[in-house]
Amino acid sequence: MDAALLGLSTIIIGVGGCLGYFYFSNLFLDRVLFPPKGENAGRNINRANQIRPWLFVFPAMFALGLYLGYPVFETLRLSLIDRSQDNAFVGFANYNQMFAEAKFWEAMRNNMLWLIVVPAVSTAFGLLVAQLTDRIGWGNIAKSIIFMPMAISFVGASVIFKLIYDARPEGTAQIGVMNAVWMSFEGGIGSFIFLKVFPIILILSFAAMVAYIGYIVLRMAGGVWVMVLKLVAALFSVWMVVLSVQSVWGVATANLPYGEPQQWLTIPFFNNFFLMVVLIWIQTGFAMVILSAALRGIPEETVEAAVVDGANPFQIFFKIKVPQIMPTIVVVWTTITLTVLKIFDIVFAMTNGQWQTQVLANYMYDKLFRANDWGVGSASAMIIMLLVSPILIWNIHNARKEMR
Amino acid sequence: MAGVNLSGIIKRYGAVQVVHGIDLDVAEREFVVLVGPSGCGKSTTLRMIAGLEEISEGDLEIDGRRMNRVAPKDRDVAMVFQNYALYPHLNVADNMAFGLRIRKMPKDQIATTIAETAEILGLTDYLARRPADLSGGQRQRVAMGRAIVRHPKVFLFDEPLSNLDAKLRTQMRAEIKRLHNRLGVTSVYVTHDQVEAMTLADRIVVMNDGRIEQIGTPMELFNNPVNTFVAGFLGSPPMNQMKAQLTETGARVGASEIKLTGAINGNAGRDVIVGIRPEHVTLYPGDQTAALPIQLDLVEPLGSEALLHGRFGEDPVVFKTETNGDIAHLQGVNQVHVPASLVKIFDAETGRALRLEH
Repeated sequence: MDAALLGLSTIIIGVGGCLGYFYFSNLFLDRVLFPPKGENAGRNINRANQIRPWLFVFPAMFALGLYLGYPVFETLRLSLIDRSQDNAFVGFANYNQMFAEAKFWEAMRNNMLWLIVVPAVSTAFGLLVAQLTDRIGWGNIAKSIIFMPMAISFVGASVIFKLIYDARPEGTAQIGVMNAVWMSFEGGIGSFIFLKVFPIILILSFAAMVAYIGYIVLRMAGGVWVMVLKLVAALFSVWMVVLSVQSVWGVATANLPYGEPQQWLTIPFFNNFFLMVVLIWIQTGFAMVILSAALRGIPEETVEAAVVDGANPFQIFFKIKVPQIMPTIVVVWTTITLTVLKIFDIVFAMTNGQWQTQVLANYMYDKLFRANDWGVGSASAMIIMLLVSPILIWNIHNARKEMR
Repeated sequence: MAGVNLSGIIKRYGAVQVVHGIDLDVAEREFVVLVGPSGCGKSTTLRMIAGLEEISEGDLEIDGRRMNRVAPKDRDVAMVFQNYALYPHLNVADNMAFGLRIRKMPKDQIATTIAETAEILGLTDYLARRPADLSGGQRQRVAMGRAIVRHPKVFLFDEPLSNLDAKLRTQMRAEIKRLHNRLGVTSVYVTHDQVEAMTLADRIVVMNDGRIEQIGTPMELFNNPVNTFVAGFLGSPPMNQMKAQLTETGARVGASEIKLTGAINGNAGRDVIVGIRPEHVTLYPGDQTAALPIQLDLVEPLGSEALLHGRFGEDPVVFKTETNGDIAHLQGVNQVHVPASLVKIFDAETGRALRLEH
């Protein structure tokens, strides 16, 4: 059968099946099981109404149980046995084997990098766009365009960005935007400003921001937990500042290969960021839409009161608007974090984990379906779930608090 | 502390003009109330004073300085909003301190100012609470506290009591009056409630359709409304207005005639509107009273007073009279009397008051 026809008939059968299920199951409940007539009419109505919600919830619970609940336990089981030894129970041997692999730790490191960069940048860009487009006439057009990448699949976006990062031999026309721009730098004063001074300013302002945030956290008053948080935040910000200073030194002393087309995706460490750009490009639209709605929900009077109180636009944004939408920011942040922890398609389609870009989900895929090592593959799947769960729970907790 | 001067203030939204030239001088320490039906431009005028709306034309001066192009924060005004507009993420103390911190007041000074203000407003026990945990009246107090701590030149109130229930409103009304007596800050207060206007104002500005109808002390406006709009707006129940025609000796309403003592001055035959305050009538004739035959159809007892609903000619009328503890004797009333000097005459076409010499 033709693929389109197959798809269409699947849709018809699926939707029709759903409608038929709800219609006939309710019909059965009301006509046969507990008909609202006879001497027990009142009791029957009550019973039917007690059962009805379960009729609606059952299909979802069944499907989730079969395709989500059961696999969790099966994966847990698989991670503890060895199929080559006739399914013998091996305890944590698979985990130990995995922890001994450098590629796993590379995936862990990269995942952490993704975890820090992508949610932060996407949320920040989303908030920025939401605020900037709030009051202007063509804001909605701008928002529509920025939202559009949401409609593109991760693999499709990866293909687009692969073309952007594409390299052709020296002397031929570059079809990749990145290389086309790169080739225009020749080592003169323009290159010095754009590739040395500008990045250094960027890194230094990042360092200043981290230091300032660390300083703010340090001044917070509170109990034991806040003390722990303060310590962690302080160490983290010191670490970030040290990294920044190192990077500044690196940028300043780097000998850039001007005039040579670059294979961007093969440059270790930085290629991770080139991959992240794809996800940021997609997720900014999501953050923007949610945060834009939240910004609209802020009572106009509080902003006007702040204006009369003498606040400037920045103070209004950071001291009046952002605190009021903080719960939404947290939900957006954690939602993107969940997407990031499970990130697979982009890495799979663009580098497949080569040149030190491996991430956990792709590592799992590698082990499960390429190496056919079910034990280690399942173990890495469990690790991903372990990382996702707390954030997921927190996210649900926050979303519920929002709804109340 | 300073006066506020508006001259020829006009507000346009695109091609639509909503405020058509406001001239108003608010003296130092004065409490001026802008009152009018919704959509009359009173809030827009207030927001122009605050700087939240741009002034399309005309001049605004605060303390003798032209403010048209001055940013709200530099106008040194404080505003109390209808929905309180408290910052929901800050507690009471931080809400009040926000403006002071923005202005970089030293910390210890902020603390003392807030402590003092909280004392005045009875908020000392609530300083650590969030707005969500306060009652309506308390929120309103915080909103006022936020205005007070700034020690501004001018207070602006935008219908601050309209979200409170009737009892609390009366209470807060008195509190605002007391605060003004104590602090003596120039205040402009917007409301649609004529009772609030009458009780609070040093001077009332009655607005309608983007124009000022009349400016004056509450009693001036009550006693001598310049037109039927002001006459109908102030007073509760409002002034009765009946279509009539002037004769040589009085005003003819339908079949009956109200004898007027004042000189008609050759205006006989002119179509007019006769205005009579509900509380000006008596049940018994007195010296120089005009008799009004009415058809009574409802008596509403209010306690010491009762409202008589009825018809005079074709116009529905409401009169207020004392009950003396009993309303039985009011059921048969078919005639009320009004002192001729208290009858108001308005031109039927323009609605302007006609001055009759008594």
